[in-house]
Amino acid sequence: MHEWALADSVIASAIDYSKKEKLKKISQVNIVFGELQNIDKEIFMFAIDELIKTANKVISSSKFKISDEPAKFKCKVCETDFTLNQVKKSEDEAEYIHFIPEMAHTYLKCPKCKSPDFDLIAGRGVSIKSIKGVK
Amino acid sequence: MTIDPRTSVIKKRFSNIKRVIAVTGWKGGIGKSVTASVLSLILSKKGKTCGLLDLDFTGASDHIILGAKDVFPEEKNGIVPPEINGIKFMSISFFSDGKAVPLRGNNITDAIIEMLAITRWGKLDYLIIDMPPGINDTALDVVRLIDKTEILALTIPSIIAKDVLDRSLELYKRLKVPIIGVIINNLLHSKGIGAKSIPYDDKLEASLGRPDKLLKTKFSRSLEKIISELFLSV
Repeated sequence: MHEWALADSVIASAIDYSKKEKLKKISQVNIVFGELQNIDKEIFMFAIDELIKTANKVISSSKFKISDEPAKFKCKVCETDFTLNQVKKSEDEAEYIHFIPEMAHTYLKCPKCKSPDFDLIAGRGVSIKSIKGVK
Repeated sequence: MTIDPRTSVIKKRFSNIKRVIAVTGWKGGIGKSVTASVLSLILSKKGKTCGLLDLDFTGASDHIILGAKDVFPEEKNGIVPPEINGIKFMSISFFSDGKAVPLRGNNITDAIIEMLAITRWGKLDYLIIDMPPGINDTALDVVRLIDKTEILALTIPSIIAKDVLDRSLELYKRLKVPIIGVIINNLLHSKGIGAKSIPYDDKLEASLGRPDKLLKTKFSRSLEKIISELFLSV
């Protein structure tokens, strides 16, 4: 149910954007789910549907399109590129990373040199790729 | 374009919090975490609704000071902090399983934004933030993201700490962040050295992890007197 807070932030952010861009109506919000945070799409969309009922009317008829972005890492020590399925994590560790994706640095290690000092290049968490609307 | 949606909801998360006090010091090991934790206990004891947020990710220790064991945030439209002695408590320690949290600057910023965006504090009279030492990513992010932040500074009676303190206070003034006051934590002497001074308390160490005992320490009594003069009118 942590997805609710993130859905709440997407709605708030889209409304902020509509004010900044002087949109009368938001028609589509394109959202990206980073693989690392492992957001439950069903819960997220349920939260969007519920939250939108009491949100600013500018977003009440908007569509929400979700696309997935694979997680990509680059080790800062040995410069190896790696993906999430190349590293091991327990169920509990995956849950902690779900709450705070930066916990990846506590639980994941470069598959080559075992360093926790890596960059998350892509696929962290929830972001908005674009917002379409009517002026 | 890419928009990070999380920052848009942070203001809403803080809308029912009356005062946000960041307990700050610019040297490590001078007692910030004990001060922030005991301050929260004192406020709670006085009937104030209080939250404590440990943002010292690499050195999180408030959970040890408060004796927070076998508790975890509840997932309910976000995450709801568990209560320890009446204090709503949030810390990265809930997610680190006793392991090190090796974060670089941009990771710290992302983790702070995530915590601020998903934590549902509800109504609070005070949110106390335990800050890491120095003016760094955390300090700048807290000031940037929480516009009602006030600074309660801690220092020790040392020329080194005073020099850093003076420079840091000047910076906070330039950032237009209100400074409630400066408390001197006297780590060496059992007598205070001025009005806003906490004397050394040899019983403090044995009270860590036991909130009821902590509230009975000389440290706690001194801190209570100081905060009553600085900002608490009860």
